[in-house]
Amino acid sequence: MQEELFTSGRNIPNIDPSLEVWHWPISVYLFLGGLAAGILLFAGVITILGKDKEYPTTVKYASMVPPIALTLGLLALVYDLTNPLYTWQLYTTIRLESPMSWGAWVLLVTTPLSFLWVFSYFSELFPKWNLRFDFLKTFMKFLKRNRKNMAYALVPLSIILGVYTGILLSAFNARPLWNNAILGPLFLTSGLSTGAATIILLAKTAKERHLFSKIDLALIIIELGLIVHMLMGMYAGSQVQLDAMNLLIGGEFTLMFFGFVVILGLIIPGILEALEIKGYKVPVAIPAILVLIGGLIFRFVMVEAGQLTRYLY
Amino acid sequence: MRYAMVIDTLKCVGCSDCVVACQTENNVPIGYCRDWITETVNGAYPNIELELKSERCNHCENAPCVRCCPTGASHIIDGGIVLVTPNECIGCGACIESCPYDARYQHPDGYVDKCTFCHHRLEKGQLPACVSVCPTKCMYFGDLDNPNSEVSKLLKNRKYKTLAPEAGTKPHVYYLI
Repeated sequence: MQEELFTSGRNIPNIDPSLEVWHWPISVYLFLGGLAAGILLFAGVITILGKDKEYPTTVKYASMVPPIALTLGLLALVYDLTNPLYTWQLYTTIRLESPMSWGAWVLLVTTPLSFLWVFSYFSELFPKWNLRFDFLKTFMKFLKRNRKNMAYALVPLSIILGVYTGILLSAFNARPLWNNAILGPLFLTSGLSTGAATIILLAKTAKERHLFSKIDLALIIIELGLIVHMLMGMYAGSQVQLDAMNLLIGGEFTLMFFGFVVILGLIIPGILEALEIKGYKVPVAIPAILVLIGGLIFRFVMVEAGQLTRYLY
Repeated sequence: MRYAMVIDTLKCVGCSDCVVACQTENNVPIGYCRDWITETVNGAYPNIELELKSERCNHCENAPCVRCCPTGASHIIDGGIVLVTPNECIGCGACIESCPYDARYQHPDGYVDKCTFCHHRLEKGQLPACVSVCPTKCMYFGDLDNPNSEVSKLLKNRKYKTLAPEAGTKPHVYYLI
């Protein structure tokens, strides 16, 4: 038996008794960032393939979500800083070893690009809205001509953004739950899946809905596989990783993780989407909303449970 | 130059003098601390073992906090001391998440704060505040690159351990056991 306690008294806010430095804004940002990355990636790929006329929701209507999501996400990130007036310090340096520095720079490029993307569709999205100034119309036409170039930039940027939400956590070797290499792909897959779910919710044609139901189903299967890999990796790991796994399996996060993320957020929507693809009448909003809620809860579980795990000495 | 601290767990009585000295010397806000005492009890009665340790930032050679810092506010200066520049720190908490020792905290003024090995005292040729007040003289401070320094000799002759070496941080606070 080993028991350790602080005899000098130590009760630092947010650190003791267990780490709580990152609060809900981080989870919300990870969700919104992943969702935005998903939609932007799909919009970019469809534009590059030249199918933007066939799938208008993805490139046009759903693309209004990423600028809003990224703006809200960035506000959430800044809200969680304790020294927010110094945020500009992020942009005085590039630190290749720090995932957060990567994220800050990628967001600095991707967020304006997502606004420009929507603006290139402005006259189609809001036909009655007359742009007063000629230079705005010229700018819009310029963006329209360069839509494919923007798509070429968006694809790698959105993949980095999606992976970043996971790498941000997995770079901390002090938190055994986060410190596994699969978290980057897992968060990317989950982000793409929530992006596909948003497109399903907004889609106007059955063709587009079906395509994204198929994509989402594939992503759900990949995500379940990655979750199994993550748990297996921890199961075969050291004591600290076993302790981390026990939080998710048979610990205080079991209900949240298995009930709301794995069953309600992945398995049930996966079955419903499979039924829908087979031709059964299923209101597609149900699996899509379940995927979105599951994705959000997944971020909350990972951020909160991860901060409970630590090295023992 | 490679500063290191050596703490004799066999001599430490856990009086917390180092903690109070640090709080006074460095104006640590009330309720916070840069160093602390842990009491570890191993085994069950009657086979019981007690270990007292004064813990603080380990000024790691492979410091994860410096690696994760997005602005470069966390940095390593001559002598291997890990420091935070307050007006470069945005308070994102990445360094706190990355520290296996929970040695950092968010100062009420917003920036992240931690043990500095009292580098302002070292510049004047004085010992860190905690070391200088220790009543049992269980704490030693010095240069590991100098084979004749007190810390080098102690580590050569005594059994010692570091905290969570499996985290790969190469800590530079050593505990004699």
